[in-house]
Amino acid sequence: MIFLRRQLPLLITLVTGLLFAAQYYVPHPASEQMLTSATKWLQIVGGFALILGVTSLFHQHAVKIRRQEAGWGYSLVLYVGMLGTIAVGLWTNGKESVEGTMTAFGWVYNYMMVPLQGTMFAILAFFIASAAYRSFRAKSREAAVLLVAAVIVMMGRVPLGEYLIPLSGDVSSWILNVLNSSVRRAILIGVSLGAVALSFKIIFGVERSYLGGGKE
Amino acid sequence: MERKPSSRGRTLRSSKGHERREGEGVRSRLRRFSIGFGWFFLQLIVCASNLVPLDTLAQTSISAPHDVRVFDTPSDGGGSLTVQWAPSSWDGPDARYQVLAGDAAVTDPAALTIIAEFPANSKYVKDAKTAWWTRNVDKTWHQVLVRSAKGFEVKDGTSYAVAVATVQGDQRVFSPVLVASPSPDWFNWNQLNNLIIALSFGGLVFYSISYAKRHEIFLRRIPGLDAVDEAIGRATELGKPILYLTGAHDLHDPSTIAAAVILGKVAKRAALYETELLVPHREPITMAVCQEITKQAYLEAGKPDLFKEDANFFITADQFSYTAAVDGIMLRKKPAANFFMGAYFAESLLLTETGASTGAIQIAGTDSDHQLPFFVTTCDYTLIGEELYAASAYLSKEPVQIGTLLGQDIGKVVVLSAIGIGIVLATVGAVTGEQWPQLFLDLFRDLK
Repeated sequence: MIFLRRQLPLLITLVTGLLFAAQYYVPHPASEQMLTSATKWLQIVGGFALILGVTSLFHQHAVKIRRQEAGWGYSLVLYVGMLGTIAVGLWTNGKESVEGTMTAFGWVYNYMMVPLQGTMFAILAFFIASAAYRSFRAKSREAAVLLVAAVIVMMGRVPLGEYLIPLSGDVSSWILNVLNSSVRRAILIGVSLGAVALSFKIIFGVERSYLGGGKE
Repeated sequence: MERKPSSRGRTLRSSKGHERREGEGVRSRLRRFSIGFGWFFLQLIVCASNLVPLDTLAQTSISAPHDVRVFDTPSDGGGSLTVQWAPSSWDGPDARYQVLAGDAAVTDPAALTIIAEFPANSKYVKDAKTAWWTRNVDKTWHQVLVRSAKGFEVKDGTSYAVAVATVQGDQRVFSPVLVASPSPDWFNWNQLNNLIIALSFGGLVFYSISYAKRHEIFLRRIPGLDAVDEAIGRATELGKPILYLTGAHDLHDPSTIAAAVILGKVAKRAALYETELLVPHREPITMAVCQEITKQAYLEAGKPDLFKEDANFFITADQFSYTAAVDGIMLRKKPAANFFMGAYFAESLLLTETGASTGAIQIAGTDSDHQLPFFVTTCDYTLIGEELYAASAYLSKEPVQIGTLLGQDIGKVVVLSAIGIGIVLATVGAVTGEQWPQLFLDLFRDLK
């Protein structure tokens, strides 16, 4: 049993990890074919895993409705929305339009899903303003530096700002291309080394907490 | 007559007030000489042009490209032949080269299909993204790859006849026809540097782990991770749940794995403090893995009875639907501590700003550099980049984990040294025109 729970997954991780790390260096079409097949398998496994996810979602909201927890009405909306979308999707064979005419499924997607997504994305503009307001209050030296840099970059990125302060365009470009880029690259170097080190640990079974089941 | 110093020669002033520059005499002599020399040179050209026609003056007689080589492109996936030939004295914008290919049975180069035609001063070995250890000729040689194109297909294992022609005006001179067949290779030798660096770094990490097992290693403080206990304690005091997000990616991304590993540590402390844990997911496989990790954390904490299967739950894979749902959870359940670990996109600010409005203590950790400013401005603590990967070591204090951090730090020293040396050598190469600095720079180039 311990073999199935611990050793076999670690063995699979080691073999596949080394295989796909080596794949990067092998230009042969067989290597590309192997990667394509593995990607397809991942998609298939992901498709089955979705059943797991949807079951979890239904269970979670069924419990809420049954217990009539706070906000259970939203759970009801979720049930109606999900079952309704599945029903119209099956009815129209998953097609958004037939011979140029929008189906019920297409209507749900275009007139409900897309505007709702757009609304969420649009809220971002207000959240940026509120986050900027809080962080730009020059309460500390760091916040003051952030404020000054932000003002210069904002002025340099809009035509009116550059018209009013001609130097702001060059200074903002310098801030973005020199200071910002160099710091981002430094972060990326650290991230890459961290990711490679973690990958080594996982491939060779040094890091195994992601498997659950503790140490033995 | 009085004299007055001047910046350009001396100025002579006569008693009548007329000025005359002393250097003027010298300059007029020079002007006369240059006019005379120009006239003589012009006469010389006219005489020469009587002997040789002007149009042929600009041209050099061309001949067939020499030292032509055709072979299977090394380190590739097949379907390609490499053609190389030596540079010539007539290489320039006026002359052109043609690369011709066709069936192996064809012996007449004129019957082959023109695959490429270009000015004779272009397409060199130096233009190809290859390293010095894979080059078999000088960088000044010409090089063209013959691949499948419209009306011409290159198949592995099939032989093809290839020739190169020099074209100038109506003249076309062919090289001998050569035959080669393409085939795929099992190793890309251009990436040898990448492999050696990766293996060296791997060796370094494992050496650091063994070193850390024998020695104590200093670990600098990471305020964001010190605050984990504080955040869980606060949630316990307030009797409110802890919200933990694992990011937008699935488990193929190391940042999601790092987030899942940290979840184990957070869940263990949440179990010890008997605080409710909520982990909404965007990806079902991540959810299943995190369920196992959480279960194990509760077992290790000695509180298996407190573990809830639905602590980890799936919402949706859609970005903004997920964001809306998590924002709703934040506003309804008002968690006292929010953890944002893993990879994030535009949803980062929508999540953290909503969390901030509920007064929760917020700890973020991400390697998504483009989202870091949003996390830094809206969260109480942010694990920047690699700190996300260091979190597991920091929280567990296990020598094996800490050793990895030592390896990463040594790796960073190596990278920074290579950058510094590379800058100096690239500058020396650019200033002096020497080729030897390129030998070092190629070692760190990403070559495909």
